[in-house]
Amino acid sequence: MRKISVRSIEDALFDCIRQSSFDLGPRELDALRRARDSETSDTGKNILDQLLRNADIARTERRPLCQDTGLAVVFLDLGQEVALVDGDLTAAVNSAVARAYTELHLRLSVVAHPLDRRNTGDNTPAILHVRIVPGDRVRLRFAAKGGGAENMSRLAMLTPSAGRAGVVDFVVRTVRESLANPCPPLVVGVGLGGNFETVALAAKEALLRPLGEPALDERDAALERELLAALNSTGVGPMGLGGRTTALAVHVASRPCHIAALPVAVNLDCHSHRHGEVLI
Amino acid sequence: MPTQLLQPPLKADVVRSLAAGTEVRITGVIYAARDAAHARMVKALEAGEALPFDLRGAIIYYVGPTPGGPGQVVGAAGPTTSGRMDAYAPALIERGLAGMIGKGDRDAAVVEAMKKYGAVYFAATGGAGALLGKCITSQRILAYEDLGTEALRELTVEDFPAVVAIDAGGGSLYRR
Repeated sequence: MRKISVRSIEDALFDCIRQSSFDLGPRELDALRRARDSETSDTGKNILDQLLRNADIARTERRPLCQDTGLAVVFLDLGQEVALVDGDLTAAVNSAVARAYTELHLRLSVVAHPLDRRNTGDNTPAILHVRIVPGDRVRLRFAAKGGGAENMSRLAMLTPSAGRAGVVDFVVRTVRESLANPCPPLVVGVGLGGNFETVALAAKEALLRPLGEPALDERDAALERELLAALNSTGVGPMGLGGRTTALAVHVASRPCHIAALPVAVNLDCHSHRHGEVLI
Repeated sequence: MPTQLLQPPLKADVVRSLAAGTEVRITGVIYAARDAAHARMVKALEAGEALPFDLRGAIIYYVGPTPGGPGQVVGAAGPTTSGRMDAYAPALIERGLAGMIGKGDRDAAVVEAMKKYGAVYFAATGGAGALLGKCITSQRILAYEDLGTEALRELTVEDFPAVVAIDAGGGSLYRR
């Protein structure tokens, strides 16, 4: 067994939160620049210019990219030959979130109960997904999910006769009806198949792929291309004010499913697309 | 179309002259309020109480900023989704609120109130938190401090960029 301290997971997560909150990734910057060059709407161009300047100010002045610094979502793939030492894994993850959100002056956006809505005061608890995998390493992936994009995300239990057209229609409708709320241009995670709970997880996990990297399954990659073209011809545009840049990328992740079912989940992410990955 | 410079409080003729699609830069005092602060303001008005600021000609910005780092007034301060304030906005517009800044479309009742009493809705760029936060040169909490990031604040802004998304005639940049 390889021993890994939960402290090293805590430190890696802290660094992920710091980097993703202030530094827009190179792929995201590149996608925004390309979008600005191909955008035909004046308002849209102006917004894309503001987003590029925003990334510059965030990086140089250490201001968060967005005031909604999000709910911390953590995926841990834990090698089965790893023994975690030095304490409680969940506590270490929450400690990284609490330290990062308070020390880095990020916004505390978590309430303890959905109805009485008292703020927890340190942005915990994180949403933590742990999976046991072969090997002796730990793969940590992080996403900061803002409220606007998460609120407009949708799940549908379609049936097989809906087919590919039904899937495309559901994804396009979700984006078109959400207009400005999720802060387009978007990154769109699509889960396809699995069941009620795993399709949503697949959509979220799809968002964590490097921006614009196609799915390994060619059928999923073809669907990504079709969806991206369809979304960018809706006219929603940057911030829903019209234009051709509605999505920067679509990531599809498919799973086997029941003979009676065609589950689809659409998890939207804004243009800040804050995520990180570390291998320990 | 040239960029129009605005200084609140906004006069009625200025509000009526702004057409959807006009880019603006706002300099002066505006007020920050989100869901919880709106709920309290409207409750106060219904109880016949005065608000902590003069609504006449005022602009409310739908924002919950991050705290500022060392040497910063606030950190990031981009707009939140305006639709969540639709239930409260008509009561404020009726009493003189002249401008709102946020992101996303408004409902029919808000647009009707804007037309009837003369108010304008500006869209700021969602997610441009650092850029917009930098335009805030001072801030103080006016009321509801217990709400934390949702407290009612007075902000002084300089050259704050926005676009007229819905004008006082009901003209709109949003496709419905």
